[in-house]
Amino acid sequence: MKVHEYQAKKILKDYGVRVPAGCACFSVAEAVQATETIGGDRWVIKAQIHAGGRGKGGGVRLAASIEEVTTHAGDILGMQLVTHQTGPQGQKVERLLVEQGIDISVEFYVGLVVDRASQKVTMMVSAEGGTEIEEVAQVTPERVCQFTVEPGKELGATDALQLAQYIGLEQGSARNASTILQQLYRAFWEMDATLAEINPLVLTNDGQVIALDAKINFDDNALFRHPEVLQMRDLAEEDPNEITAANAGLSYIALDGNIGCLVNGAGLAMATMDIIKLYGGEPANFLDVGGGATTEQVTEAFKVMLKNPNLEAILVNIFGGIMRCDVVAEGLVQAAKVVKLGVPLVVRLEGTNVELGRQILQDSNLDMIAASTMADAAELAVTAAGA
Amino acid sequence: MAILIDESSRIITQGITGKTGQFHTRNCLAYAHGRAVFVAGVTPGKGGQVFEGIPIFDTVAQARAETGANVSVIYVPPAFAAAAIDEAVEAAIETIICITEGVPVKDMILSRQRMKGSGSVLIGPNCPGIITPDVVKIGIMPGYIHQQGPIGVVSRSGTLTYEIVDQLSKLGLGQSTCVGIGGDPVGGLKHLEVMKLFNNDPQTEGVVLCGEIGGMDEETCADWIGQHLKKPVAAFIAGSTAPAGKRMGHAGAIIAGGKGTAEDKIRALEAAGVAVTRNPARIGEAMRAALG
Repeated sequence: MKVHEYQAKKILKDYGVRVPAGCACFSVAEAVQATETIGGDRWVIKAQIHAGGRGKGGGVRLAASIEEVTTHAGDILGMQLVTHQTGPQGQKVERLLVEQGIDISVEFYVGLVVDRASQKVTMMVSAEGGTEIEEVAQVTPERVCQFTVEPGKELGATDALQLAQYIGLEQGSARNASTILQQLYRAFWEMDATLAEINPLVLTNDGQVIALDAKINFDDNALFRHPEVLQMRDLAEEDPNEITAANAGLSYIALDGNIGCLVNGAGLAMATMDIIKLYGGEPANFLDVGGGATTEQVTEAFKVMLKNPNLEAILVNIFGGIMRCDVVAEGLVQAAKVVKLGVPLVVRLEGTNVELGRQILQDSNLDMIAASTMADAAELAVTAAGA
Repeated sequence: MAILIDESSRIITQGITGKTGQFHTRNCLAYAHGRAVFVAGVTPGKGGQVFEGIPIFDTVAQARAETGANVSVIYVPPAFAAAAIDEAVEAAIETIICITEGVPVKDMILSRQRMKGSGSVLIGPNCPGIITPDVVKIGIMPGYIHQQGPIGVVSRSGTLTYEIVDQLSKLGLGQSTCVGIGGDPVGGLKHLEVMKLFNNDPQTEGVVLCGEIGGMDEETCADWIGQHLKKPVAAFIAGSTAPAGKRMGHAGAIIAGGKGTAEDKIRALEAAGVAVTRNPARIGEAMRAALG
């Protein structure tokens, strides 16, 4: 699960990390009021969307007067902010973070991820702050220092200080930064994060070390022990169809193509998308009905897919293991009665009770194209979508 | 011969009294030597009860002491799965198979750390389990699609693995052992370790490797295959069409930071001499062709 910058900063602040004084705002009036709360004479107006690259997209602006705050807040609120992470349609800005302006001397990068190879948490620091760290790591890996923390232990003071010194900090600033690294690690570990970044961590002209930006992703599987994080979820940032699908126990992701896929199992669902592409088509979605595929789930799956105006065909690919093909077939027949499909339906069933399942489909008046193998199914779906 | 499990395995089910544990234990008992190899169940507080003729114990240690169990399969809910793994490790169970989906990553990081230096091997979590066809089935896969034979299968997926096994069986290519290693970012055996086991198994003449986007495990395995493996390998990587940054169902199936794309994995495997097919309907045929 993702949260906004201001929410991530709140969490980090609770762990002692120094962040700029700021307020989350939902209107221009609130933004103006925030300047009074914060004080000073320069402020930063930051669009709060989950995607990165907000600055380049025009979602982060400096204001040196109340008039400028009013103008910028008005411009940013409600805009469709397009960044390299949002896709061309962009993401509507509904929240702002208004912060005190900071005099930046140097910018650094600090990040934490779960390293799959070592099965530990890895901290990455770099003097190349504010930029795309992935690019830095690829082009100049020697400019990124990685440090793996032993599971169940704290990031030690000596190690933290060495990391701070690696990025070029000295004396008091290095000590301040090392404390922030320790606090960041503690937040990551205790809050069940899967990714945390401070980019940039800045050294100010007067020697302070401050987290100017913050990003935290949380482990969905651990949210049950963090109800306070779950409350930070912003549904406006998510695809409404994905939310509807998730509520029905479906894992759904919209894609750009025109052939809807309904599959059991994530691996098989990906393979089904791949084979559609291989046979010259384009998948309209990833959809995993999981291990159940009840009539209700199949009905919801059809409904979600049909919301896509580009949909030209639906391919159902079920390999029945524990899930029996006859049960799936019944579900398909019932669902197709409830939902008017309006596009060709290709069904491929295999596995447990497949003969019974095929018989049920045949005996129903369901208008569908039966396929025997994945390859047949893909070919038939691609043809049907093109017709 | 087979890898990891055979007719000498003595298996316990952790979480045997739950709905999932009951359902799958029944199916596993009914498969091949199931009655002989499933010797106990564990559910805290239910020791002394009996399920389908199998004695239930409060702890894994008791179950092991009483029955000589050396393998455990875990169906307990996600919040308790890592603790169940730890308990099996402490009881010196050799092979631990965790089926549970949705285990927090931090729990697995700690559990893996605790396992270090123990003699235990973990498969999963979030996996379908392991089957040595016509001998023993541990997990949730449909047993009847499998046939005994010379092909090892290692995969991160569930139903896609069944699809592959079905293709193999229909071509007359039986399987030595099929190992579902699971779709989570932090877990037990990876492709590489299973590949090493297959390399040492005289029954296994060829291996199907099924991977998916996310992580670097397939690439790591490819390097080793290129240098060491003497047996033919066919492979499929799911997720060529998956966009970056979107998690495709499995927690581990995500292209992050530009790493773990299907193309990267396919390139690495091809460079290692693996017969990679891009057509998931032709994985069985790719294996047959690779056998020569």
